[in-house]
Amino acid sequence: MSVTTLSPTVLIQRQPNWLVRLFDYKPFLVVMCLAPAIGLLAVFLTYPLGLGIWLAFTDTTIGRKGEFIGLENFQYLLTDSLWWNAVFYSVVYTGIATFGKFALGFWLALLLNNHFPFKSLLRAIILLPWIVPTVLSALAFWWIYDPQFSIISYLLVDVLHWRTTNIDFLGSPWPARFSLIAANIWRGIPFVAISLLAGLQTISPSLYEAAMLDGASAWQRFRYITFPMMMPILAIVMTFSIIFTFTDFQLVYAITRGGPGNSTHLLATLAFQRGIAGGELGEGAAIAVSMIPFLVFATLFSYFGLARRKWQQGEAND
Amino acid sequence: MTDTAAQPTAVADAKAAPDTMAWDSGLRRLMMIYLPLGCFVLILLFPFYWMAITSFKPNAELMNYKEHNPFWITSPTLAHIKHLLFDTAYPRWLWTTMLVAIGATTLSLIASTLAAYAIERLRFRGSPYVGLGIYMAYLVPPSILFIPLATVVVQFGLFDSPLALILVYPTFLVPFCTWLLIGYFKSIPYELEECALVDGATRLQILRRITLPLAVPGLISAGIFSFTLSWNEFIYALAFIQSGANKTVPVAILTELVTGDVYQWGALMAGSLLGSLPVAIFYSLFVDYYVSSLTGAVKE
Repeated sequence: MSVTTLSPTVLIQRQPNWLVRLFDYKPFLVVMCLAPAIGLLAVFLTYPLGLGIWLAFTDTTIGRKGEFIGLENFQYLLTDSLWWNAVFYSVVYTGIATFGKFALGFWLALLLNNHFPFKSLLRAIILLPWIVPTVLSALAFWWIYDPQFSIISYLLVDVLHWRTTNIDFLGSPWPARFSLIAANIWRGIPFVAISLLAGLQTISPSLYEAAMLDGASAWQRFRYITFPMMMPILAIVMTFSIIFTFTDFQLVYAITRGGPGNSTHLLATLAFQRGIAGGELGEGAAIAVSMIPFLVFATLFSYFGLARRKWQQGEAND
Repeated sequence: MTDTAAQPTAVADAKAAPDTMAWDSGLRRLMMIYLPLGCFVLILLFPFYWMAITSFKPNAELMNYKEHNPFWITSPTLAHIKHLLFDTAYPRWLWTTMLVAIGATTLSLIASTLAAYAIERLRFRGSPYVGLGIYMAYLVPPSILFIPLATVVVQFGLFDSPLALILVYPTFLVPFCTWLLIGYFKSIPYELEECALVDGATRLQILRRITLPLAVPGLISAGIFSFTLSWNEFIYALAFIQSGANKTVPVAILTELVTGDVYQWGALMAGSLLGSLPVAIFYSLFVDYYVSSLTGAVKE
């Protein structure tokens, strides 16, 4: 309707105005439309990415322009036990947290895929941990993990009488590591569950009906219908999850700042500590760059997940 | 786990009465669905409950579990919130955060609408590759970028200025929004635009009068998502802002309120609660858009 009312004015405007004609010239328009997005990304993403890789090969510090020193930063990192600790904990953190998130998230998605009252309300509530600023929920976890007034300790000691002493969540390395992983899983479950739920809803019920007619058990239906049909979406969500868990910063920085005794440093927090807080920009950049191979690996993981699905279905990607 | 447990009986029931599904029996439904769901909801919501209840507890109750039940408040107080609002720069932090979030959202929405329109509707040669390139940008995590970006921000003379954040946040907002909007533009029939072209409308008029009005749900989704992501952003705000007054809420609470060895848990939790409220309210108003954009983005 608006189209018909608009056409006469267009014709009047069109003849004299060269500007309008310029904006109707397709190549010009394409450039103009892409310019803001590409410009922003080039200046604040591509350029810094390149600069970061360059910085990793220099000895730049805050306030002093560095010189090219080749692989020295990386050679140093290889002898640095703190860096190895951070790599170790980053891998452990990503591995256990991803497994936990997907096991629990998939379970929650399967639960939510049933019919029950107040389903959409429940779905809305479940996303809350993901919506709220991570640092702020991390602070709540810090308080929950308090050595003296932890509510979990209170439950276990004074209510259930399972233990006699409070748990020292953040005071020693391994409990601190697992406490952080638990907080990360808590934060990650909603995203995984809601994404996977969307995938579950696209699976046609007729597949299940056919399988049930053939006498497939609940486990068989899950193993041979749900799981294969979920592979593509699982692969995408998992890549994202792995990338953002491996490069996580906020949770660790908010709760332990890498302590106790540097045992909970992830690569990102170590890079921050050395690069920004310590002023060694070159070394910090080298630590950040050392994350890239792991990330490339994670992306390839998803690529092959998707490739496998194409091969299974024997058709081109939609 | 649930499924393996259900297996033997499920098969037996299916054999006994093929037309009633095994899952529908009441007790099993309770054990298999409602009980685990209840546990999930309890665990997912407990930290918020704890946050809220701590913000209104007087210090005496906060530190004494023996005489007061920690799960409830006997004499609620507004002291922590009052302290936060009147003795700290909290209102200022809220204001800065709001400004940064709105600025970054506006900027990214404009940039990504134009980009998505060019990629999806103008269809020049190589447009799929530009789309892929923008998508790849989403896979570059901020943890890799913040050190070189800090030097870039210093070069531009923007260090310690909220403007730096407004300019930098689009690096993770634009890829996401573009991607989401490409999906929305795809769902709008191309014939509508062809009609307008035949009637002599210019491309920009088509974008403004036809495509954009039809893509409003997509724009809202992208907007609220961007707002939430900018509100929650932490690492850039931590690295680029130095002075207390210019900090955003998440950074300020962690760096300005955590002082000394005795933590002011009441004030900290009140700060977290107030800092979470704007996004939580925003979220409750637009739940459906959130869910659809989250799931839509994944499915694309």
